[in-house]
Amino acid sequence: MVSINIDMSVIRIISQNYEILVFDEQNQKSGDCCGDMDGSYYKSESGTSIDERRMPMENSPAVPVQTDSPPMKVSWVKAFLKKLNRSKILLLMFLPCLLFYLIFKYLPMFGIVVSFKNYNLYKGIWDSPWVGLKYYKLFFHSPDFFKYLRNTFLLGFYKLIFGFPAPIILALLLNELKHIVFKRFVQTVSYLPHFISNVVVASMVLMFLSPSSGIVNHLIQLFGMQPINFMVKPEMFRGIYVLSEIWQHTGWETIIYLAALTTIDPLLYEAAEIDGAGRWKKLFHITLPGLVPTIVILFILNIGNVLDIGFEKVFLLYNPAIYETSDIISTYVYRTGLGQGNFSYATAIDLFTGLISFIFIYSANMISRKIGENSLW
Amino acid sequence: MKRKIGLSEIFLAAVMVFVVVVTLYPFVYMIAVSLSKDIYVLKGQVTLWPKGINFKVYNIVLQDPRIGKAYLNTIIYVVFGTAFSLFITSFGAYALSRKDMVLNRTFTLTIVFTMFFGGGMIPTFLVVNGLGLVDTRLGMILPTVVSTWNLIIMRTFFSGIPKELEESGKLDGLSDAGIFLRIVLPLSKAVVVTIGLFYAVGIWNNFYSALLYLRSSDLFPLQVVLRNIVLAGQVNSAKVTSVGHDALVVDESLKYATILVSTIPILLTYPFLQKYFVQGAMIGSIKG
Repeated sequence: MVSINIDMSVIRIISQNYEILVFDEQNQKSGDCCGDMDGSYYKSESGTSIDERRMPMENSPAVPVQTDSPPMKVSWVKAFLKKLNRSKILLLMFLPCLLFYLIFKYLPMFGIVVSFKNYNLYKGIWDSPWVGLKYYKLFFHSPDFFKYLRNTFLLGFYKLIFGFPAPIILALLLNELKHIVFKRFVQTVSYLPHFISNVVVASMVLMFLSPSSGIVNHLIQLFGMQPINFMVKPEMFRGIYVLSEIWQHTGWETIIYLAALTTIDPLLYEAAEIDGAGRWKKLFHITLPGLVPTIVILFILNIGNVLDIGFEKVFLLYNPAIYETSDIISTYVYRTGLGQGNFSYATAIDLFTGLISFIFIYSANMISRKIGENSLW
Repeated sequence: MKRKIGLSEIFLAAVMVFVVVVTLYPFVYMIAVSLSKDIYVLKGQVTLWPKGINFKVYNIVLQDPRIGKAYLNTIIYVVFGTAFSLFITSFGAYALSRKDMVLNRTFTLTIVFTMFFGGGMIPTFLVVNGLGLVDTRLGMILPTVVSTWNLIIMRTFFSGIPKELEESGKLDGLSDAGIFLRIVLPLSKAVVVTIGLFYAVGIWNNFYSALLYLRSSDLFPLQVVLRNIVLAGQVNSAKVTSVGHDALVVDESLKYATILVSTIPILLTYPFLQKYFVQGAMIGSIKG
């Protein structure tokens, strides 16, 4: 949830990076394993040994240890210590980063334990009594359980159905534009809303839809109809939310597709033209197949985010009159936890969402791996 | 080659014009309303150009002490937050880009895992609270100081720098920190600017941390004040009526002016910074 504006939306583009990570790991694996003592660990991709490169500056030049030296275990520890000593400056540089992740990411994961306790702010986590699965049962048996699940799921589902194809379509259209200056202008304009804060977007939505002064209702009245009070109609909320998300992020999300489009070999188009393929033929037989790997990976990531829809936007847009459709798990968690101080119950609900998201992304990945060769891991 | 302009070309252009209008019109409309005379706003006659231009509402907005203070707070968070973030992220990213760092792979996996699973809102709040960061300026900065996405972009960029350059530094007797500061960083100005901008915009727009971790109104950033004024409708009516001459100030104009005042730094700088943002997204995507 951190710095949500940028992260949650660009996280969809992470896929490519993820591939890089995996790729790196494979690279490393070849040199990894326990063969450290012969110095092979220090081989960089270029094939030169870092040992050699480092020699001039080390006090005790790293002599590659021959395999006839002491028992495996000892030399493994030795090699590790040597490596530790060598990367001590790098480790120091990494330390603040590591501390951040340990304190603000991993410590909260252990903090989930409060959902199994009757947490009391004054007693602290350790001294609060255990209650087992009480809060999970409470949530399952609460009459609102299905309401929250349905609202969260449907909101995410609609956003996926309507929000996911939007940038693909826009990117394909942009790709067809021949006029470079115009194309660049459209791109620049369409990225803009991504950098506007959720507070501003929500404010704009609420004011434009206002029954008395909003421009949308001015228009409706112009056509001789009665003004509509959009924000008190539960059936309107999902549409309004999804449209505002599309308005805000579609342009920005085209970037990754446009980047993928540039990697398609222009020779393919030339060949197709010679064979007499028209614009549509080229679109369906070259452009779209070229985009498929990107689309699949982004789709998997988006499915993983179905339940993880932005708390901020919903929180800013909703009001008690439309809780029926707009109250999602995260807003409920906020009200229960920070509003009423019921920390344990709120954590239990929150963990529930996290787990379902995890299952979603895992199964989406499994399915795509079964079907084709594109998957996250 | 002669190309006749076909129906599809016209259709394409029309769609693009539609996209541009839909994106920009809300801003044009808000500017028009906020600059127009009350009477036209109330009648709903303002659509594209302001009618009866005046800056009355901007006077009120800019004189509102809450907005001045919030502006200052936001600037403090953006300046210090971005500096901290850039420092920690760039050092961390460089270390991660060095495959010869011990435990490199473990660290990378540790970080990537947090993108798929987290403790959630309440446990994070409890940690922040336990550290005594609730209702402090640091509470706005530290819990979001590193963004995994930005860290990975930087790491990817640093990995792409030719190893030979670093080796030559090593031969000249530079330490790892020296290599980073004297060789790698000067080559990475573009990525540092890009990531810095991502952080700055993220902090400028950050509402979540303020909502969760701030209590006293003295520390509120712009986003919270904006929300209180526009969404929760806390317009200081006493002030509005005391403005004088034509006593009535339309609530709507006032709100639009508030929205614009808090967004103007982004709207004005965006056209010039746009290429850096795109660059950032590209580093993230193309190399895969």
